[in-house]
Amino acid sequence: MFSRVGPLDSGDLINIGPSGGPPRVRGRQPTVLRSTFVALVSTVVVFGILVWITVNAPGWADVQASFFSATVFSNAFPDIAAAFWVNIQLFAIAEVLTLVLALVLAVLRSLPGPVFFPLRFLATIYADIFRAVPGVLVIYILGFGIPGLGLPGIPTDPFPYAVIALTLIYSAYVSEVYRAGIESVHPSQEAAARSLGLSRLQALRYVILPQAVRRVIPPLLNDFIGLQKDTVLVSYIGVVEIFRQSQITQQAKFNYTPYMATALVFIAVTIPLARLTDVLVQRDRRRAAASSR
Amino acid sequence: MSSTAAGRAGATPSATPALFVAGLHKSFGQLEVLQGIDMAVAQHEVVCLIGASGSGKSTLLRCVNLLEPIDAGRIVVAGEEITAPGVDVNRIRRRIGIVFQAFNLFPHMSVLDNVTLAPRKVLRHAPAEAADRALALLERFGLADKRAEFPDRLSGGQQQRVAIVRALAMEPELLLLDEVTSALDPELVAEVLAVIRELARGGMTMLIATHEMGFARDIANRVCFLDAGRILEEGPPEQIFRAPRAERTQRFLQRVMEAGRL
Repeated sequence: MFSRVGPLDSGDLINIGPSGGPPRVRGRQPTVLRSTFVALVSTVVVFGILVWITVNAPGWADVQASFFSATVFSNAFPDIAAAFWVNIQLFAIAEVLTLVLALVLAVLRSLPGPVFFPLRFLATIYADIFRAVPGVLVIYILGFGIPGLGLPGIPTDPFPYAVIALTLIYSAYVSEVYRAGIESVHPSQEAAARSLGLSRLQALRYVILPQAVRRVIPPLLNDFIGLQKDTVLVSYIGVVEIFRQSQITQQAKFNYTPYMATALVFIAVTIPLARLTDVLVQRDRRRAAASSR
Repeated sequence: MSSTAAGRAGATPSATPALFVAGLHKSFGQLEVLQGIDMAVAQHEVVCLIGASGSGKSTLLRCVNLLEPIDAGRIVVAGEEITAPGVDVNRIRRRIGIVFQAFNLFPHMSVLDNVTLAPRKVLRHAPAEAADRALALLERFGLADKRAEFPDRLSGGQQQRVAIVRALAMEPELLLLDEVTSALDPELVAEVLAVIRELARGGMTMLIATHEMGFARDIANRVCFLDAGRILEEGPPEQIFRAPRAERTQRFLQRVMEAGRL
């Protein structure tokens, strides 16, 4: 159990325990162990103090009853988890649409030459406007405005408007990410592709975009964490998703525990995505180091 | 004509030159890099461009491949004026291969995919056919065992040989080589030069910008000395290297010799 010498992971914390005794001392391990120990102690102390202040606050009993009620939690959780399915649908559809629309916008913005000025101009205006206007307003304007026109055959269900609004908002951000990726590919790559007779579009598709997209996967995932969370904003136009559902339960029980349950659900799905992003960033860093040896 | 040229099959100039350049001017902003280039390259001829850095060698090659728009003049490839308005540049580039100083391989593709991309997408060859042809070429230049590798796993010399194979896969009528050994470690230069020699033996028409004077002397049918955007002197390598007429050519070669490069 202690013969392994290498980077410390959380498993090593167990080794400090009384049953395990101190691990065999080799190389850098003592300093690593000591700093891990210090980090552990200071974490416990800081959080201990915070918890102590909280539970000894004059209003703790009330807060505990209205935010951390076990019965309300277990009663509300099935409904809330079921409502989260709507968020997953919103997220999944809006994400795919965003990836496509943002790519189109980014490509339009990187078209060279005076002929394409109107397209570049429109794509730039688009990115400017949708990054400037708060998302909630876009959702309101689309969700109430478009059905309000009363056009025949237009859906009255808020779900499609929610998807469209989220797609429009996030495409503006994601197109900027794509564009950064496209601009990071050295012009000599396009020269090489064009010199072989590939058209501008073929060079973009087979040579530039594959390299650009690979480089921007970590920032793309970051934006998708944002999109995942912003799916709750569409509750304002009447989509019964997880936040709306927790609101309904909260109002029925006069208890805020459903919001805590909702927060837990988001933590559970977002943290893995955040860790995946970290892993990809690290991998990119290693690759960059390896290719510039 | 020189003995090396005469010994090569088809080196006698045919009626239509492979490349004909007249009055070529090119400026980058205020800087006039090419100040009226006139030259011709015959079918199966190997012409080396020598001259100091900044004399316009690379720009000339990039103009011939239409990678840079020209300001004035005409470029004619095998009888077709490629600088005429309305010419399909993609079709022209298919016929002219170029190999760059920095290799410019596609880093996200294997060696085989680097070589087959243009034949598949531009010539519309079936993938199997493109792969067969590419493998034959890789085999010929000792790279068949590298077909599945990615460029970052290859040495500079191997990368540059792959870049040459990638250009050859389009079966160009004319191959432009832009200081293809300048980015290589000295011990890797020979393997790339060997590939170019082999191409010359096979009758490939080539226009080569190079700093390798010994190589230029060996391989060229004709050497052009570029100075400040003009061809100051041209002739068979024996004459240029042994008895340069222009004073600037003499000074350039003197400097090259002092640097131990000739």
